[in-house]
Amino acid sequence: MIPSLRKAAAGVCAVAFSLTVTASATIPVEAADPGVSANEIILGGTHPFSGPASAYGNIGKGIGAYFDYVNDHGGVNGRKIKWIDKDDGYSPPQAVQLVHQLVEQEKVFAIFDTLGTAVNTAIRPYLNQQGVPQLYVATGATTWGKDYKQYPWTIGWQPDYQSEAILYAQDVLREHPKAKIGVIYQNDDYGEDMNNGLKRGLGSHQNMIVKMASYETSDPNVSSQIATLKASGADTLMIFATPKFAIQSMVATAQQGWHPTIYLNNVSNAIPYMRAAAKAGGAQFLNGIVTTIYLKDPANHARYANDPGMKLYEEIMSKYIPSGDKEDGNYLYGVSIAYTMVDVLKRAGKDLTRKKVMDIAANLVEKDNPLVYPGVVIRTSPNNRFPITQMISAKWLGSDWSPSGILVDTRPMTMAAK
Amino acid sequence: MHELTQQIVSGLATGSIYASVALALVLIYRAMGIINFAQGEMAMFSTYIAWQLVQFGVPVWLAFGATLIIAFAGGVAIERIVIRPVERANQLTLVIVSLGLFIALNGLAGWIWGYIVKSPPPPFPPTAITVGGVAFSAQDVGIIAVSLVTLGLISLFFQKTKLGLAMRAAALYPEQSRVLGIRVGWMLALGWGLAAVVGATAGIMIAPVVFLDPNMMQSIIVYAFAAAVLGGIESPIGAVVGGLILGVAINLLGTYVEAIGNELRLAAALAIIVLVLVVRPSGLFGKPSVQRV
Amino acid sequence: MIRVCVVAALIAVLPWIVPSFVVFDLIFVAAYAIAILGLVILTGMNGQISLGHGAFMALGGYVVAVLAHAAGWPYWAGVPIAALACGAFGLLIGLVALRLAGVYLALATFSLAVATPSFLKHYKSITGGFGGMSLQPVTVPAGIPLDPQRWLYYAAWAVAGLAFLVSALIVRGKFGRALRALRDNPVAAVSFGVNPYVYKTLAFGWSAVLAGVAGAFYAIPTAFVSPDTFSFALSITLLIGAVLGGIWTFWGALLGGVVVEFLPLVAQQVNAGAPSVVYGVALILVMMFVPDGIAGGLVQLARRIAPRPAPPPSAEPSPIATSAPLGAIGGGISDPKP
Repeated sequence: MIPSLRKAAAGVCAVAFSLTVTASATIPVEAADPGVSANEIILGGTHPFSGPASAYGNIGKGIGAYFDYVNDHGGVNGRKIKWIDKDDGYSPPQAVQLVHQLVEQEKVFAIFDTLGTAVNTAIRPYLNQQGVPQLYVATGATTWGKDYKQYPWTIGWQPDYQSEAILYAQDVLREHPKAKIGVIYQNDDYGEDMNNGLKRGLGSHQNMIVKMASYETSDPNVSSQIATLKASGADTLMIFATPKFAIQSMVATAQQGWHPTIYLNNVSNAIPYMRAAAKAGGAQFLNGIVTTIYLKDPANHARYANDPGMKLYEEIMSKYIPSGDKEDGNYLYGVSIAYTMVDVLKRAGKDLTRKKVMDIAANLVEKDNPLVYPGVVIRTSPNNRFPITQMISAKWLGSDWSPSGILVDTRPMTMAAK
Repeated sequence: MHELTQQIVSGLATGSIYASVALALVLIYRAMGIINFAQGEMAMFSTYIAWQLVQFGVPVWLAFGATLIIAFAGGVAIERIVIRPVERANQLTLVIVSLGLFIALNGLAGWIWGYIVKSPPPPFPPTAITVGGVAFSAQDVGIIAVSLVTLGLISLFFQKTKLGLAMRAAALYPEQSRVLGIRVGWMLALGWGLAAVVGATAGIMIAPVVFLDPNMMQSIIVYAFAAAVLGGIESPIGAVVGGLILGVAINLLGTYVEAIGNELRLAAALAIIVLVLVVRPSGLFGKPSVQRV
Repeated sequence: MIRVCVVAALIAVLPWIVPSFVVFDLIFVAAYAIAILGLVILTGMNGQISLGHGAFMALGGYVVAVLAHAAGWPYWAGVPIAALACGAFGLLIGLVALRLAGVYLALATFSLAVATPSFLKHYKSITGGFGGMSLQPVTVPAGIPLDPQRWLYYAAWAVAGLAFLVSALIVRGKFGRALRALRDNPVAAVSFGVNPYVYKTLAFGWSAVLAGVAGAFYAIPTAFVSPDTFSFALSITLLIGAVLGGIWTFWGALLGGVVVEFLPLVAQQVNAGAPSVVYGVALILVMMFVPDGIAGGLVQLARRIAPRPAPPPSAEPSPIATSAPLGAIGGGISDPKP
C-alpha cells in the first residue's frame, strides 16, 4: 500500500477502535429486557385469522379486548400493554417467521397465547434458545407441562387433553363398569392425546374399548364412522372431535337410531353447538350427555345471569368488540387467559424482567380468575407446570349443562404420567 | 349385512351432496369449458345469505327463494365483471382468476359472519327414518330428490327450450353463434347465473347436514370434482350418478379396506379423479373426444 | 448479464444491511424462487399447468427431515437425495400427466396437492405422523465466520443460483425450444420430430427436482415438518406466485419468490380484518391488467421507456383463438404477444 494510504488506514482504525471502546463503556452493565419501557409492555402472539382454524382467531381478539380494558384502568403498574397479534394461517413455517419478526423487530417482551400444537412445537426451540417467554400457549397438548425441564421458557394454560380423557375414563369405570366403549376421534395430535388419556385412565380395563373410528377434517360428514361404531355393539360413545364434527356425530347417532351413553369433549360443548345438534337431531337425544367444564359458558344465561365475572366479560365485549358474538366461547377464553397474563405481570411489579415473569408463572396461585368455573384455582409449582387441572363433570339436561359432582383435580394422575 | 346396507345408504346420502355441487360444476364447464374452483365458495356464500335473511326474520321459504334470485344475479355479475375481461385469455389465467375468487369469497364470508359453526335453516325436517333397520333422514331423501329434480329441469332446459339451445350453441361454436345473432356474452353470463343458482340450491340443502361455516365447502368441492370427472365433466346426468357412486364407493372403501381406512378416503377419491382422467377422460357418461399429441 | 451481476451482488450484501429477521424471511424467498422456477419451466415454457407442486416440496422437505432424524445425515447430504427422489417422483407424475392437458391436468395435480397431507399422516412410522418432526438447527461448518442464520441464507441462495444456472443451461438450445414448441403447436412440433413424451416428462421431472430442493430449504429454516406445513394452500401459493411474478421468465421466478413471501404481510397491513379478500381481489386485478405478472409488466414498462424495433409478427395465431369445441379445452398457454 502507498505510505499515505497506510497512514490513513491506520488513522481510521484508531478512531474506530476508540469509538467502540467509548461506546461499550457507556452501555449499562445490565440492559433492560426488550419490550419493557417506562410506560409500555409489548406482548406478541400469532393466531389463525385465515384458513381452516380461523374460528380460534377470536381468542386473540378477546385478549386484545381485555388488554384494552386493563389499559383504560391504569394499566399494569403504570405501564400500558401493547398487544401485537399476527395471522399465521395455522401454518408452522409462517408462524416461525412471524415469531422471529416479533422477537427481533417488534422486540416483544414475551410471546403469549400462540395457538396450535404444531405451531407451538415449531417456535418453541427458537424462543427457548433466545430466552423469550412462551407463555400460556393455546393448546392442551401434554408436552407443554411435561417437557419444561428441556424448555423452561414454555408453559401451557388450559387443562391438558389427556387429563380430560382420564376424567371420562374414571366416570365410565364408576358409572358404567360394564360398558363397551366406541370412540370417534379427529385424526391428529388432538385425537391422539385424548385417546392416550382415555387408555391411561382405563388402565387395565382398556379392553372396554371395542372400536375406534377416526375422521379427517376433510371429511364432509361422519355418518359412515358412526355406522361403524354402532355396528360394533358399543353402548358408550366417546366424542373427541372439533365442534362441527362433534355436532355431526351427535346428530348422526340420533338419526341412526343409536342411543349410547355419550361423552362429549370440552372443546365442543359450548351451548350454541348443543343447540345446533338439538335442532338437527332432536333435543331429547342429547339428554344425559356428559362433558367436563373448566370455564364459564357465555351462552348459559340462566346460570350466569348475575355472575360478576360474566358481567365483566359482557361489559368488555360491549365496549371493545361491540360487533362480536358474546356467546362465542373463544372470546371468553381469550379474556380469561389474558387475566392470568395480566395477573402475572402485575405480581412482577415495577421491575419487570423475563426471568422474573417466568418464575412467577411457574409458581402461581390464582384464585380470582373471573371466567374460570367457580372454584377452579390456577396453580403451578416448580415441578408442576399444568396451570389448570381442575374440571367438573356436567350432564346435559334439557337446555343446559348441569354440573354433577365436584371439581376434580387430575393433578395427581397427570403428574404420574411423567 | 346390516352394516353394509347402512354404509351404502349413508354413502348415497353423502353422494347426493357431492352430486348437487357437481351439477353446478358441470353447468359452468358446459358453458365455458373451464372448471370453476370457486363454485363451492359461491354456494357457501349464497347459503350464508339465506341464513342472514332468516336471521332478519324473513320466513324460511321466502328466504330461500330470495337467495336463489340473489345467487343468479351474483353469478351473472361475476361473469360480467370478473370473467369477461379474461374470457379470451389462456387457461392459466382463468384458473388463477377462479382461485382468486375462491380466496376472496372465503375471506369475505369469514369477515362478515365469522368462523363459528352456525345452524342453518333446514329446507327439510331432520326426521329420522328407519327402513328395515337402516337409518337415514328426510334430509337425505330431500337432497337426492332435489338433485334429481334439478337435473331434470336442467336437461329439459338445454334440450327443449330455445334459450337452452342458444346457450349450448354459444358455448360450442361462439363465432358461428354470433353470426346467427346470438348474444354470446350474455349466454355465458346466463350460464354462470344458472350454475350459481344450482350451487346455491346445493348449499342450502347441504348446510344442515354439514353445518354452516366459511370452510364448509372445501372438503366437498374436492369430492364434487371427483364426482363430476367420474360421471363426465360435460354430463349433468353423469354428475348425479357420479356423485352417488362416489359416495358409496368412498364409504365402502373407507370402512372395509384396511389399507385405506378412514385416513385415505380423500386420497381414494383423488385417485379416482386421476384414474378416470387418464383412462377415460370423458367419464362414464361423456362422449370421448380424440385429441392427438 | 449485467442484471444478473447486480442482483447477485445485492443478494450477497443484503444480510449485512437488513435486520436479521428479514434475512430469515429471505431464506424462504430463495426456497420459493427455486420452486417457482420449476413452474416457470413446466407451465410457462411447456404449458403444463400444475396445481400440485407443493407435493414435491413436501417430499423434498420430508426426505431431508427423515434422513436427518432417522439416520443422522447432515443437511448437505440430504438435499441431493431429496432432489433425486423428487426427480424420480416427478418423472412418474409426468408420465401420468402425458394423458392430461389444460384444466384436466390442473385438476389432477390439484388432487395430488390435496392428498399429500393424508399420505404424510398415514405413513406415520416414517414421517412422524401428524405431530411432525423437529429438525436440528443448522450448524455452521468449522472455519466459516458466519452466524447460523447468515450461513443458511448464503447456502440457500448459492443453491438457488446453482438451480437457476443449471436450468438456464438446460433450457437454452434444443430442450427449451422443444418445450416451447410443444406448448405452442404440438402437432407441428411432433411433425418436426420432437418427441413429446420425452420432453414433457423431463420437464415435469426437472421442475419436481427444483421443487424438492425448495422443499428442503423450506423445512430447514423452519426446523420442523408436519403434514399441515405442506397443505394444498402451498401448491396454490406457488402457482399464484409464479403468475404474479411472471411465469414466462426466470426473473419472474425470482420476483414470484419475493411476492409469495411478502404479499401476505402486505395484505395484513392493508386490511387486518380480511387480508384474504385483499389478496383474492388483488389476484383478479393483476390477471385482468397485468397478466404477464410483474416481470412482464416491467418489460412492458421498459419498452415504453426505451422502445426497440418490433420483431416480425408471429406466424401463427395463438391456439386459444381457434374455435375448438368448448373453447379452451386442451388449449395451452403461450408467450405474451410482443
